[in-house]
Amino acid sequence: MIKIENLGFSYGEKPVLKNITMTLEEGKIYGLLGENGVGKTTLLTLLCGLKNVKTGSIDVDGHVPYKREPSFLSDLYYLSDEVPEVNMKATDYAKNYGKFWEKFEISKFHEIMGIFENDPEQKMNRMSFGQLKKTYISFALACNCKYIFMDEPTNGLDIPSKAQFRKAVTRYTSEDSTLLISTHQVRDLENIIDPIIILDRQDVLLNASIAEISEKLYFDYSNERKDSALYSEMIPGGSIQVYPNTSCEESKVNIEALFNTVHLHKELVKGIFSK
Amino acid sequence: MEFNSNKAIYLQICDAICEQILSGGLLPDARIQSVREYGADIGVNPNTVMRSYEKLTGEGIIYNKRGIGYFIASEAREIILEQQKRKFMEDELPQILRRMKLLGIDASVLSGKIPE
Repeated sequence: MIKIENLGFSYGEKPVLKNITMTLEEGKIYGLLGENGVGKTTLLTLLCGLKNVKTGSIDVDGHVPYKREPSFLSDLYYLSDEVPEVNMKATDYAKNYGKFWEKFEISKFHEIMGIFENDPEQKMNRMSFGQLKKTYISFALACNCKYIFMDEPTNGLDIPSKAQFRKAVTRYTSEDSTLLISTHQVRDLENIIDPIIILDRQDVLLNASIAEISEKLYFDYSNERKDSALYSEMIPGGSIQVYPNTSCEESKVNIEALFNTVHLHKELVKGIFSK
Repeated sequence: MEFNSNKAIYLQICDAICEQILSGGLLPDARIQSVREYGADIGVNPNTVMRSYEKLTGEGIIYNKRGIGYFIASEAREIILEQQKRKFMEDELPQILRRMKLLGIDASVLSGKIPE
C-alpha cells in the first residue's frame, strides 16, 4: 500500500503540489488524470524517489522512496514519458539492464515484444519513437515489479499498439502489483484504469473506483434533457449528461465527461464522494 | 470486445457470458477463463471482470472452485432464460406497447405476425 500524506512540492518558489493526501492499494491499475501542469509527472518522480518531498510524506509499504534502498528500487519501475535512444539492440539492452531488477524475465520481454510486433534485434537508436516506447513498455512489464509507474505510456503508439498495450498490461502484471498510469489519452485506457484519480494543483479532486463512480454519478446518453445535469455535452445522435445517481442503476462511466464534471463542480463532487 | 451501450462494462460482460451460455458456446461444468485471461482478451481491467464473475456467481449462473477457477452451473441456462423472460415482461413488452400506442397501431395486427 502506498500512503501519501499532506504532500507538498515546489520547484524553487513555484509550488506544484500542495496538500496531496491519498492511498493506493495493491492489485489495482490507477489512472492518474489532471490538466497540464498540475504535477502528475512530479508526483510520479516523487513516488519513485527521483525527487524529495518538501512537506508531508510518502510511505510505500514501509519504504521512503527518496532513501532509494536497492531492495525497494529493484521492485519498482518508472517509465518516463521520454525514453532514451540507446545505441544497443533491444534484446541486449534487456539482458544487461534486466539484472538490476530481481524478478526480471527475458522470456517475458520477448513475449511482450512479440505482442507489439517489435523486433528485439533492432538497435534502439534506429527505432521510431513508437517502437522505442513499446520496447520500454515490454521491459517495464518484464521486470515483474510490485510498483509500476508509467507517464503517458500510450503517447506515440500507433492504433493497433493501443489495444496491444491494454492486453499486455492486463496479462503481464501480477495480482499484487500497483500500477499508476498518468494519461491524457483516456480513450486509449478506458476500461483498463480503475480506480480513477483526478489531480488538481492544490488537491486530489477524486480517487474512486469505477464501481463507486457509477454508483454515485449517472452517465446518461439519452436525448432527454435533465435539469439536474452537472455536465452535458453534445455528441452525434444526442448528448452525454452527468448527474447524481438517484436510482440503483449503473451506467457506463465516460472518463472524459467525468473529468469535465469534476472540474466544473469540484466541491460538489467531493461532497458526493466523501459520503 | 466492442462496448457500445450505456450499460456499465461489468454488466455488458455478464450479458456476453449469458449469451454464450444460451447459444451453447459454454456448456454446464465448462471452465471459463480466469479473470486475468478474460480481461486481457477483451482489454478490460481484471477487477471489472471480477465484478462480473461475482454477480454471475451470486445469481447461480457460474460457480467457483477454490483455487481452480469458475465453471458454468448445470442450471445456468434455465436461470438465464427465467431472468430474460422476466425482463421481457417487465421492461421490453411495456416499451413495445407504449410505442404501439404512440404510433396508433392496434393490437389486432399482431395476431397475424405471431408464428404458430
